Amino acid sequence: MSGRVLVGVKRVIDYAVKIRVKPDNTGVVTDGVKHSMNPFCEIAVEEAVKLKEKKLIKEVVAVSCGPQQSQETIRTALAMGADRGIHVDVSGKDYENLGPLQVSKILAALAKQEDAQLILLGKQAIDDDCNQTGQMTAALLDWPQGTFASEVSLEGDKINLVREIDGGLEHIKINTPAVITADLRLNTPRYATLPNIMDSLMNNETELHKPNHRTSLCVGLIPLFETVAPEDMQGGTDRSGAMLRHTVLQSGKPKRIILSCLCI
Amino acid sequence: LDWQLFSVLQPADSMLPLMSTPRITTHYTIHPRDKDPRWEGVEMERFADEADVVIVGGGPAGLAAAIRLKQLANKHEKELRVCVVEKAPQIGAHTLSGACLEPSALTELIPDWKERGAPLNTPVTEDVFSILTEKYRIPVPMMPGLPMQNHGNYIVRMGNLVRWLGEQAEEVGVELYPGYAAAEVLFHEDGSVKGIATNDVGIAKDGSPKDIFERGMELHAKVTLFGEGCHGHLAKQLYKKFNLRENCEPQTYAIGLKELWMIDEKKWRPGRVEHSVGWPLDRNTYGGSFLYHLNEGEPLVALGFVVGLDYTNPYLSPFREFQRWKHHPFVAPTLEGGQRIAYGARALNEGGFQSIPKLTFPGGLLIGCSPGFMNVPKIKGTHTAMKSGMLAAEAIFPKLTAETLDSETAGLHVPEYAENLKNSWVWKELYAVRNIRPSFHNYFGLYGGMIYTGIFYWIFRGKEPWTLKHCGTDANQLKPAKECTPIEYPKPDGKISFDLLSSVALSGTNHEGDQPPHLTLKDDSIPVARNLGIYDGPEQRFCPAGVYEYVPLDTGDGMRLQINAQNCVHCKTCDIKDPSQNINWVVPEGGGGPAYNGM
Repeated sequence: MSGRVLVGVKRVIDYAVKIRVKPDNTGVVTDGVKHSMNPFCEIAVEEAVKLKEKKLIKEVVAVSCGPQQSQETIRTALAMGADRGIHVDVSGKDYENLGPLQVSKILAALAKQEDAQLILLGKQAIDDDCNQTGQMTAALLDWPQGTFASEVSLEGDKINLVREIDGGLEHIKINTPAVITADLRLNTPRYATLPNIMDSLMNNETELHKPNHRTSLCVGLIPLFETVAPEDMQGGTDRSGAMLRHTVLQSGKPKRIILSCLCI
Repeated sequence: LDWQLFSVLQPADSMLPLMSTPRITTHYTIHPRDKDPRWEGVEMERFADEADVVIVGGGPAGLAAAIRLKQLANKHEKELRVCVVEKAPQIGAHTLSGACLEPSALTELIPDWKERGAPLNTPVTEDVFSILTEKYRIPVPMMPGLPMQNHGNYIVRMGNLVRWLGEQAEEVGVELYPGYAAAEVLFHEDGSVKGIATNDVGIAKDGSPKDIFERGMELHAKVTLFGEGCHGHLAKQLYKKFNLRENCEPQTYAIGLKELWMIDEKKWRPGRVEHSVGWPLDRNTYGGSFLYHLNEGEPLVALGFVVGLDYTNPYLSPFREFQRWKHHPFVAPTLEGGQRIAYGARALNEGGFQSIPKLTFPGGLLIGCSPGFMNVPKIKGTHTAMKSGMLAAEAIFPKLTAETLDSETAGLHVPEYAENLKNSWVWKELYAVRNIRPSFHNYFGLYGGMIYTGIFYWIFRGKEPWTLKHCGTDANQLKPAKECTPIEYPKPDGKISFDLLSSVALSGTNHEGDQPPHLTLKDDSIPVARNLGIYDGPEQRFCPAGVYEYVPLDTGDGMRLQINAQNCVHCKTCDIKDPSQNINWVVPEGGGGPAYNGM
């Protein structure tokens, strides 16, 4: 066992920023908008660093797929305690088309290349809310998966996991190597403090990888037709006497964006 | 006088709310941790690092200073470590300005800014000035020589320019650290400035340490430049410590609120600059509006409203004046059919020449809007801020790289900076316009001021031998509520004017919720007793982000102040305008605050 953990970190639009749809409806405005690490990825990094501090694993490698700016996200992971970073360079049209299937293929390839014992991911990204990458990666590698983890403990070469599911909490035991996706209550991520950020800037420990177009990026693309903002909410009516209670809605609430797409 | 009487006759009732409600202020600057039992045994040692120069604030002044320092270092082949700490999560995210930029300082700093892709894409083509009445508009001809004239200037999205300056700074080797706020000034044994310490993280809302508590970091430097912008919180401490304001007038301020709108293409006139004074403000309240048509490929306008913070009526709400101004028949047609995409607010300096403090002290200097070099009638301060940063760099560099460190104090003292500034165009420019703003303090208010400007500035170019004074601090100008009439503001219509909370949401502001409120009160009992009692709670109205709310007590009898610190957009207006001067704004955890994009 190599004792190596791969942690996926995604650079997303910050959760507090108000999203705006581009005037040509091809997506949302990202230029100059504040981005940060996906909150669930922060939790995954924290869990990996905790495991290293408990000496249960040896090395934490942070991976991000995206353009040049993804290196900032990797640097934050390094400042939180990751040992190495891998930046898979995907930009332009490839980056716009990047989805869970493509990322899973990349992660699966890296896991084999790095001889990883564990892959830790966030349960979903807050921009696309797909909740698919962890599960797909496990399927591609034929590894067991522990998703929506709220508690993780290593026992020899097995993992005890508590999962947050609709009915409550589920306790499972899975073999390693495995894929775990982090849910909100797994831990509280530490801050990336300035001395650590300075360190990660000085020691350039991030490798650059170029993904293989034929096998990773061009397969299983989901064409995006258009992005529209939802219509303004209209006031509802209060029918307290009816079987179903309707709550009165106020117009003017912040808009959320939906993606319309056709799956082939 | 009423404040002195009040503190003597402090009624016992005011103590009751304090005992029955939890503390409002839990910040360690008000409740020190060394006396707090919850902090016993917590490791308070800080990691320290050395740089040659530390610059607090990554705005135009700070970045211009950093770039100039590295340009000089690279030219003379000297090693110089320059670090910039900035509380915004990315460079430019806390920048808010109109703005019409005079490119003089930028051209001096980076002569080939055009080839390097500086975002100055909109030369001013039309310059329109109006006096508004409730229904009509009186045009005022923009003659050459008047300070408001904008020929040769560019309409810019200042946040984008600051972001570009940040990229230029990184190219010449400046170390930029956005997301880390300078929270404390450090001093040598001899009292000179040693550097700064960044904010601690992981303190809970009640002031106790969390599991993830981490101390900030100390950055030591031979000299520290403070470029925090208008009314910086560290500068406030430095004024007191080094008596920097003993020979100047107090600074006076205004609040500027701004929105970005995507308008109907048919209404778009790129390069058009509109300014107005008059309605909806009365002639004794200083202020006015701006509306600039940008030319960056899409029909975007930047518009906003400025209100002088020396207003006297506690019922005045700068935010609502802004919203109602947009309905004026000259303004509303531009916005009809458009969509608002951003909102923000920031205080700006109005004191000008009379309010410039002493600029240097052992170990440090003040640059930019922090001491305040804004040319008020031109409403431009960026060019002077950048020039002050550059002059600071040029004064420091020879002293830093001298063979022997020529300083009596452990921190480098550079009085040459102030000398160079006095001999530069910044000083001449500010001297020429020094009397325009104070000239508004007359019976005819706005009209008296405009007549004064017409005669003494346009004709005599500010050469008159006298220097008018300001009226005292802005905080002292408020009249008690019972002497004033509440203002009837129209309800926002949701298409052109909006309510406060949806506006704040558009600023993208957010802070870690579980931290002590960074709007600290020196005395928790004063807001209800004095601000609400005498002035009817003006902070509910002048805060552009809805941070301050007076809500009924749970027990039902009386009110308490609720501070919604998460909404704060770091404008500093409360610290300036609080009539009791009880509010002390300090930095929250770095990375919090607005997320402006090209404001």
